[in-house]
Amino acid sequence: MAVSIRTDGEAASLAPLSNRSATGASWDQPILLRLVSIALFAGVWEVAGRIPVSFAFPTFSDTIIAFFGLLADGSLATAYLSTLQPLVLGVVLSAFLGVGLGTICGLWRTGEWLVIPVFIVLQAAPVAAFIPMVTFVYGIGMTAKTLAVMILALPVIVLNTYKAVRNVNGSLLVMCRSFMGTRWQTVSKIILPDASPVIFAGLRLGVAAGFVGVVLAELLITPTGIGDLITFHRSRADYAEMYATIASIIALSTLTLVFLQWVEVRVFRPESRGA
Amino acid sequence: MGATALRNGPSPVPAPIDSIVEVRGISKTYGNVEALRGIDLDFPRGKLTSLLGPSGCGKTTLLKIIAGLIRADGGTVAINGKRVSAPGPERAFVFQDFALMPWATVTRNVAFGLELRGTNKAEREETARRYIAEVGLAGFEDKYPHELSGGMRQRVGLARALSVDADVLLLDEPFSAVDEQNRRKFQEDLIRLRTNQNKTFIFVTHSIEEAVYISDRIVLLSPRPGRVSQIIEPEIDRSGDPERIHRDRHYLDTVDEIWQGLKQYVE
Ligand SMILES: Nc1ncnc2c1ncn2[C@@H]1O[C@H](COP(=O)(O)OP(=O)(O)OP(=O)(O)O)[C@@H](O)[C@H]1O
Ligand SMILES: [Mg+2]
Repeated sequence: MAVSIRTDGEAASLAPLSNRSATGASWDQPILLRLVSIALFAGVWEVAGRIPVSFAFPTFSDTIIAFFGLLADGSLATAYLSTLQPLVLGVVLSAFLGVGLGTICGLWRTGEWLVIPVFIVLQAAPVAAFIPMVTFVYGIGMTAKTLAVMILALPVIVLNTYKAVRNVNGSLLVMCRSFMGTRWQTVSKIILPDASPVIFAGLRLGVAAGFVGVVLAELLITPTGIGDLITFHRSRADYAEMYATIASIIALSTLTLVFLQWVEVRVFRPESRGA
Repeated sequence: MGATALRNGPSPVPAPIDSIVEVRGISKTYGNVEALRGIDLDFPRGKLTSLLGPSGCGKTTLLKIIAGLIRADGGTVAINGKRVSAPGPERAFVFQDFALMPWATVTRNVAFGLELRGTNKAEREETARRYIAEVGLAGFEDKYPHELSGGMRQRVGLARALSVDADVLLLDEPFSAVDEQNRRKFQEDLIRLRTNQNKTFIFVTHSIEEAVYISDRIVLLSPRPGRVSQIIEPEIDRSGDPERIHRDRHYLDTVDEIWQGLKQYVE
């Protein structure tokens, strides 16, 4: 019980994401604050469910019970198995492709002119509108879902990486040149580490967008996985189950982002771990 | 073989001073700003030479041309008799803004020049530790730059330049972002380092006192376009107490002489 409350609450309160000091020295207070925030959120939800604000809005406790029901009958696991494949594939591809492409565009003028305008347009456009088009071309399989993830995730990753690489600290570049760093050393030892905070900000946004992409694809085109589970329970008016499914994917998305931040601080920017 | 022996033999002309860096006819124009015009200079081996001059006269430009970081429009730079136009292992630069990698510890920053050369990790960290101690930062090996004061950061920059074992150290106003106490301490360290390390220092500064205090030779540059206006060799005995040097007659006279020379540019 306690575990699932925490999961639900974390999904709602984005505190661990924005709060950099969570990794810092004063541990006790943020934890207390977070617990309060979680409890508050659960309380408000419970009250709202009891009023009720809408006949389709279940209480917090009903949602928790439904969540365990979904876990027990295996439908949640089956749904995730089908959703996670295109999601993970799409996100990983977008991350590598996006960081690679963004870096190249940041370093190479011609690449910048060729590629960046496309992604600026993509980012400005309501790309979700392309998803039915993707289905039209690629059918309703795994390819379509993966593409949907990538359409949403890629632009922000490319653009952030490009911007970070373009704005790299010039005096560090000169320093590296003065100690006879090669082109490759300059990129790997100066440019990428210096750009990593902004690149990771892009990755976090990209991963979040990837979740949107996969759920949209499952709601709009291929009735499978989590999207299907949501649609199915809505059609049967099992609103507690529907909300439990939605909350679970929000929680998963949040946890993924928290993990990403942990990796960033651990591996790329140890100095920001706090003194 | 015979030719070599002949060349090394006694020569009728007086022995020229042994110059490690030779600058010939260097000029540089940025757009329509003429920064340097026809600079001819020799930097004697094992000495500390200061470049002194009013702001904007091209001191940094000249230093970066010697470092191979900026291309001159005309003229040549030779190190140990060999023409250079790019950075090389015989020169190391200490940057005015420190240029430390914020994500790397003091040790990694100091060892960075060696890391780029492919020295193995154990060896370069050993070297780094030695120079960290040499500049007085022992105990701070695992700190990050943001945990250090400005003076300490500049010491990291200096240790990094020392650790690649270059013959020539190029320092661009290394103390300008450092407070007065640290500056004094640093100047004394530099005098000590020059004696111990047997390296050639080329040092850019704004401060006449600093230049006279630490230099074997001072090159005065005129305002834009920068030209060599005067070369002064303050012969100051630095073996004694630093406080005494600051009150030394000869020291004070030299400072005054240079000030008289520079005053015309300020008025
Ligand atoms: N990258 C650049 N582009 C255009 N002009 C430049 C550039 N770098 C320097 N200059 C100009 O060249 C002249 C000499 O600059 P430099 O930085 O060498 O002077 P400086 O003697 O080091 O000055 P300071 O004592 O203020 O550091 C200045 O007038 C400056 O405006
Ligand atoms: Mg300067």
